[in-house]
Amino acid sequence: MGLYFSIILGMVLVNNYPLAQFLGICPFLGVSKKLDSSLGMGVAVIFVMVMATAATWPIMKLLSAWNIAYLQTIVFILVIAALVQFVEMVLKKFIPALHKALGVYLPLITTNCAVLGVCINNIDLGYNYPQSLVNSFGAGVGFLLAMLIFSGMRQKLENNNKVPKPFQGVPITMTTAALLSLAFMGFGGLV
Amino acid sequence: MENKVSRLQILTKGIIKENPNLVLLLGTCPTLATTSSAFNGMGMGIAASFVLICSNIVISLLAKIIPDKVRIPCYIVVIAGFVTLVQFIVQAYAVPLYNSLGVFLPLIVVNCIILGRAEMFANKNGVLDSALDGIGMGLGFTLSLTVMGAIRELIGNGTLLSGFFLGDEALQESLTIHIPFVNEHPMLIIALAPGGFFVYASIIAFVNWLINRKGGTPRDFACGGCALASMCTQEKCVAELGEIEIPAPKAMAAKAEAPKMSEEEKAAKIAAAKAAKAAKEAAQAEANAAEVKSENPDPVLAAAENALLRKKAAEQEAVTEKKGDEE
Repeated sequence: MGLYFSIILGMVLVNNYPLAQFLGICPFLGVSKKLDSSLGMGVAVIFVMVMATAATWPIMKLLSAWNIAYLQTIVFILVIAALVQFVEMVLKKFIPALHKALGVYLPLITTNCAVLGVCINNIDLGYNYPQSLVNSFGAGVGFLLAMLIFSGMRQKLENNNKVPKPFQGVPITMTTAALLSLAFMGFGGLV
Repeated sequence: MENKVSRLQILTKGIIKENPNLVLLLGTCPTLATTSSAFNGMGMGIAASFVLICSNIVISLLAKIIPDKVRIPCYIVVIAGFVTLVQFIVQAYAVPLYNSLGVFLPLIVVNCIILGRAEMFANKNGVLDSALDGIGMGLGFTLSLTVMGAIRELIGNGTLLSGFFLGDEALQESLTIHIPFVNEHPMLIIALAPGGFFVYASIIAFVNWLINRKGGTPRDFACGGCALASMCTQEKCVAELGEIEIPAPKAMAAKAEAPKMSEEEKAAKIAAAKAAKAAKEAAQAEANAAEVKSENPDPVLAAAENALLRKKAAEQEAVTEKKGDEE
């Protein structure tokens, strides 16, 4: 039990995916302009990450047993893409409300560093099945937390007209992310 | 002659004018993560360029055969094949690079640059053009990674040319240049995570300043920067993700017009509906007039009614004409 708690804490605060490990930066910076879209994106990321780990970890065991572990990259990305497509169709048919809330982010998450990154990290860190699921859940929660905080900061930035001209737009956003990342560095050594 | 000039343009636009990292704002994950030193960045750039060139060639060869609906998974399969190849090569011949890139080597497969160029360029152009585009973009990517890595290494570590990716430790040590003062007091924050964000921001600010001087507009992180922008319907993006502006680079100009066109189409549809309604009412008014005429044999009254109906019809025609003029 203690191990799971430390895994989650580590993924949420210490090894935060967008801020410390630079995985999933594109949606992190692209979708976090508004708070509700950040919330939707974060929940979608948690959903996809846990599902992708649930699917890819057993497949990796199979690949290792058959001595074709080098096909990891190809198989993982295909499984993730197919799975997300399939889940989007299932959601559309059976839970339309959820599809309306999350559906537009699902294609954005598919070819995204974060999901493939967490699947590969699970294998590299040598976690077993329950630990991998907890790891990816923690990674998703960390992503959500970072995005919520960041979108709050960005909304404050919107009304500011004192930003110098070259820094307007992307650079000031990145600088804000740098400050947030600096803040999260304070959690280093916690776990 | 024209063809040759445009080929040279294809090759060179990826290096400075449409640098994938700094102007198109694609591929930010490896940019931030692998630029802890100049050679690290260069190694990542070379690996990604190799995948980019090869996948561009193969995808432009297969462009006519791949059905449109499954093109993204097909591109992913091709790119993943080349990434596995690069993984093997790097693991065999450049072990220090393999160790320092870590998880970002297999993550080349979801690099927005490669998928984006395949989507926007390779499936529409010939093999030679796609190869030139891949070479140009790869050079630009490698250049920007190396420059950023050099800056971060110099300020954050006080060294230059450290961490060479071939050979062993001794070779690396012999190539490293230690700058005297900075080596003792490095600004460690630049070499760590926040520094990556900040140095990237500064370089983009410099590039934006150059773009502004030349009269262009810098781009923003938006749906338009994502390689899958053509896959998710953009109107949905704009509506649901909340007024994210889709930038209008040359390749996406057509798509950027699409939302405007839908507004025009909507206005046209509304006008057409109103015109149809007006026509229907006019027709009904005429039918009423006919009824009235048959009911009311009084000619004066009938004439008055007719005049009124004709006036109404004329007014409605004027309204629809006005709506047509507004468009």
